Amino acid sequence: MKVVIIDDEPLARSMVKEYLAAYPDMQLAQECSDGFEGVKAIQQHQPGLIFLDIQMPKINGFEMLELIENPPSVIFTTAFEEFAIKAFETHAVDYLLKPFSKERFDKALQRFLQQKKGTPEQTQALLETVSSSPAQASRIVLKDGGKIKIIPVPNIQYLEAADDYVKIYTQEGAFLKKKTMQHFEDILQQHFVRIHRSYIVNTQLITRIDPYEKDGHLVLLSTGARLPVSKAGYGKLKEVLGI
Amino acid sequence: MTSKKRLLLINAVWWSVCAIIRATILLQQGITYTEAIADGIINFGLLGASCIFIINNMRYYLPKKEKYWYVLIVSVALSFVALFVSRVLVKLLFGSDAHYMKVFEDAIGIRFGISFLLVGCMALMGLLYYTQEDQQLMNERKNVTEKMAKEAELFKLRQQLQPHFLFNSLNSISALTGTQPEKARHMIQQLSDFLRGTLRKDEQQWSTLKEELEYLELYLEIEKVRFGHRLQTSIQCDDEALQMKLPSLLLQPVVENAIKFGLYDTVGEVCICISAKAINGMLNVTVQNPFDPETAQPLEGTGFGLASIQRRLFLLFARHGLLQTKTEDNFFITTITVPQLLS
Repeated sequence: MKVVIIDDEPLARSMVKEYLAAYPDMQLAQECSDGFEGVKAIQQHQPGLIFLDIQMPKINGFEMLELIENPPSVIFTTAFEEFAIKAFETHAVDYLLKPFSKERFDKALQRFLQQKKGTPEQTQALLETVSSSPAQASRIVLKDGGKIKIIPVPNIQYLEAADDYVKIYTQEGAFLKKKTMQHFEDILQQHFVRIHRSYIVNTQLITRIDPYEKDGHLVLLSTGARLPVSKAGYGKLKEVLGI
Repeated sequence: MTSKKRLLLINAVWWSVCAIIRATILLQQGITYTEAIADGIINFGLLGASCIFIINNMRYYLPKKEKYWYVLIVSVALSFVALFVSRVLVKLLFGSDAHYMKVFEDAIGIRFGISFLLVGCMALMGLLYYTQEDQQLMNERKNVTEKMAKEAELFKLRQQLQPHFLFNSLNSISALTGTQPEKARHMIQQLSDFLRGTLRKDEQQWSTLKEELEYLELYLEIEKVRFGHRLQTSIQCDDEALQMKLPSLLLQPVVENAIKFGLYDTVGEVCICISAKAINGMLNVTVQNPFDPETAQPLEGTGFGLASIQRRLFLLFARHGLLQTKTEDNFFITTITVPQLLS
């Protein structure tokens, strides 16, 4: 079985490598020092298991996993991540707290081999929880063609529903992310309002609200965009803007 | 003399003066010496006793709200009681002298008014005295509490230990023990020296830049082991600056912030540049790290790491603007100015 280690600290990787040497069936396909390399390596090698650090340059471990179509089984290796540990426990995803012993490492591998912990389904469920936690909600990471794009939340102008995707509008153009509008409504709190079934707007950009047809309204953004506001959306908007 | 004794003495002098004035007035109205003096002593003796009673009472009981009403009511009641008692006494002693009794009864309203005014005045004086005393105690307590809170806050700001740093360093050591035990031992030494440094207490509030930089190098060495070739550092400072003083453990969190920012916001090699100069007799330290303007959030610039440094500088020097940040191209630059205290 192929294994990939993703950690930004070389000594942390060598630690896992050393412990892993006792398992001849496990073949180390690649070591990666950040999430970008990690995404490529996983696509290339399709590993059965990855060891993944959380705090890494540019994109963290969770953000990296979100970029992968079918994430593999994961054992997290982390020094200190209070909020995540709760999520690991809830979703039965295994994690190694650095520095960890050989015994603890063996136990994690045994559990994985018996498929008790860290199945792809469990990983998926973990990601759902983690990505909607406030600690993760300050930016959005997505794949734009072959490139990885990081969008800080304040740079978002508005979001539009597009079938299975959500279209995120920024100054640099629109980007697609495979998530629901409900997900974004949950994670984007301050300054964002769901004004319509298909629209979430950054209220800081609103310059005008005009009546439109019967019961409806239109908001005009400083970028020139015009978005429809539903009756329920208008109520929420009024509450947030205090009018 | 204790303040209580002084209060009693003032009381005694005050009422004696009143008694002498009263006696003089009565003498002018054709009352005998004995009667005039007795009248003065009885009246003002009683009033004096009432005042001592009120003032003593205030020592143990002083209503927080409506204390002026309290003084008014008590004064009215006591002057009434004093007048009533003196009337009974006077009647007993000089009841046979019709002229004296007439003068007494005619002026009973005026007597009550004077008694009330005098008792009221004394009571108010007492009230002010105790209120002031209370205030003083409260101020003292407040000063002590504020000082303690400030010290505690400063202590805390100096002591923030980063769990990420600690556990990751331990993990690096764990990895080294297998392959390079000598290096592992060296790193344990550095980490211990660094941790001992963070535990330094008040006795060393100030250090020279030279000492701080030595301490900083321990930290940087550990970080370099953790991050390998990714992390480069450069330190430049002039000789005058090296001898200048700064609050101890002030630089380390700034550099820590720069490393975190630099290493986690970019990929590839990162150089953290530290430079120090003496400018206008003040110590000027700049720390520079690369960052990615596209993804860095404006708020992070004065994020928690730096906010606590800013707070600490403000608590120590009572001046704003000693910590400043700016961005130049793809670099984030933190500048700290430390005034030199004359010693």
